[in-house]
Amino acid sequence: MADVKKVATRDAYGKALAALGAEHDNLVVLDADLANATKTQTFQKAFPDRHFDCGIAEANMICVAAGMSTTGLVPFASSFAMFASGRAFEQVRNSIGYPHLNVKIGATHGGISVGEDGASHQCCEDFALMRSIPGMTVICPADGVEAEAAVKAAYEMDGPVYLRFGRLAIPVFHEEGFHFQIGKGEVLRDGTDVAIIANGLLVYEAIQAGEALAEMGINAMVINMATVKPLDEELVLSAAKKCGKVITCEEHSVIGGLGEAVCSLLSEKLPTPVKRIGVNDEFGHSGPAAALLKQFGLSAEHIVEVAKEFCGK
Amino acid sequence: MTETEIKALQIAACKVRMGVIEGTHGAKAGHPGGSLSAADMFTYLYFKELNVDPKDPKNENRDRFVLSKGHTAPGLYSVLANRGFFPVEDLPTLRHIDSYLQGHPNMNTVPGVDMSTGSLGQGISVAAGMALGAKHQGKSYRVYTLLGDGEIQEGQVWEACMLASHYKLDNFVVIVDNNGLQIDGPVDKVMSPYPIDEKLKAFGFHVEVIDGHDYNQIEAALNTAKTVKGQPTAIVMKTTKGKGVSFMEGQASWHGKAPNDEEYAIAMNELKAALAELEGN
Repeated sequence: MADVKKVATRDAYGKALAALGAEHDNLVVLDADLANATKTQTFQKAFPDRHFDCGIAEANMICVAAGMSTTGLVPFASSFAMFASGRAFEQVRNSIGYPHLNVKIGATHGGISVGEDGASHQCCEDFALMRSIPGMTVICPADGVEAEAAVKAAYEMDGPVYLRFGRLAIPVFHEEGFHFQIGKGEVLRDGTDVAIIANGLLVYEAIQAGEALAEMGINAMVINMATVKPLDEELVLSAAKKCGKVITCEEHSVIGGLGEAVCSLLSEKLPTPVKRIGVNDEFGHSGPAAALLKQFGLSAEHIVEVAKEFCGK
Repeated sequence: MTETEIKALQIAACKVRMGVIEGTHGAKAGHPGGSLSAADMFTYLYFKELNVDPKDPKNENRDRFVLSKGHTAPGLYSVLANRGFFPVEDLPTLRHIDSYLQGHPNMNTVPGVDMSTGSLGQGISVAAGMALGAKHQGKSYRVYTLLGDGEIQEGQVWEACMLASHYKLDNFVVIVDNNGLQIDGPVDKVMSPYPIDEKLKAFGFHVEVIDGHDYNQIEAALNTAKTVKGQPTAIVMKTTKGKGVSFMEGQASWHGKAPNDEEYAIAMNELKAALAELEGN
């Protein structure tokens, strides 16, 4: 797979904003001195008068976006996931979530694949924080094509959306023209032995794992669950019913993210054994992204190991 | 302003104050002190300054007001009710279960409320965003926000001030209710925000310091704000916490406490007497 095209979802975010900006005058972008890293610079270059740098003041930026949204604009407020969801949590909760304003939060540099910057910037808590806010939609796309489609879907939806993107260039497997449906999971491989439910960069790993497992005689279902909230409950329940075993995979703490959302649903409606692959209640550290992902078990190899043991093979 | 106009405002403000007492007494909770200190400004804003229509509270070209010090919702609700946005009779349902008059302003349940606030320091940022949105879209409406002098201890307030100045938001007016008292005591004992005017000037604001109970000074400052170009205006108004109810005046203890039945009767009698005197002449 050496020749597979790789794109960072943050790059797709910037590209999607610029494309949507050409169609919609009411789309504005806010950034907190990270336009070069969040890639909102792509939008800024095309529409300088609709890009508002708020300086290194994320709490203020989130509330400014809230205010702008009440005037008929559709703001995309951008920063690193750590600061957009963490530093500004209470602003998101009280000034966007509580009044249910039409603000989109474009959070890049999610997860440990931030790499060399280390733990202070490796946000593995954002799904947990954002999921806990009533009415918040939480999306983590799996590749560049899906990221672009998700940005469009977020713009078209009325209400607050948290979009998580990554820094690392990752394989693109969706076809151009892919249509993103908020709240709908995507079955990428059908199977009957174990259902692997993943999002973000773990989806491609899950696909690889599915192929490797097939060669070992384990027939895995692979699902891309880009929307963490609202969860596609119907799909999770049908996959659990069909396979009887579920593995969740996310570049996020095993606390409060996709894994826990799946466990909560299944424990109440269809008790099913679940293994959660994620960051195991620990901080990350500096290193090359690829090496970190391997070290933290966020890889196809680790998914295969977990699935084999789970299936008793 | 003519004497008659001033008297009309004083009468309206007296009714606004009665609504604050009705609301907090009905709620058996809430924040009368800062509602009363800002009552004259609330009254001037909603009866003279703001281009708003109680029959069309969501009109997209209306002026906006964000109560950044959201705990003084009793004052905002009372002025909105007295201005005709909803029945004055509803004020005593403040904070009751299933009442639309939530403990802190809720833009989705209370007609006339432009932003849900309550967490200090956030309202000013939201208001700045509204002013930025208006400017960006070439709209002529203006945006006003009211902060407490304790509230400006929040760092986010200064982030918002930096932004308002950076984007030259001359359609934006920040009003600081300098009643000098916060929950734990005098603001300069808890964590001094002084000098407030010099700080705001340093952040790029045109600053007016006024007596917040003097309608001529309120009018002059707000009119000046409309002539200031290329920078936002801040109005630091010196006020008396609890203004208009003798036993609440200048008392930090009335920041967040409701009058009991006896205190309610005394307060209402004082305000009714003041109203009778104003209406009698």
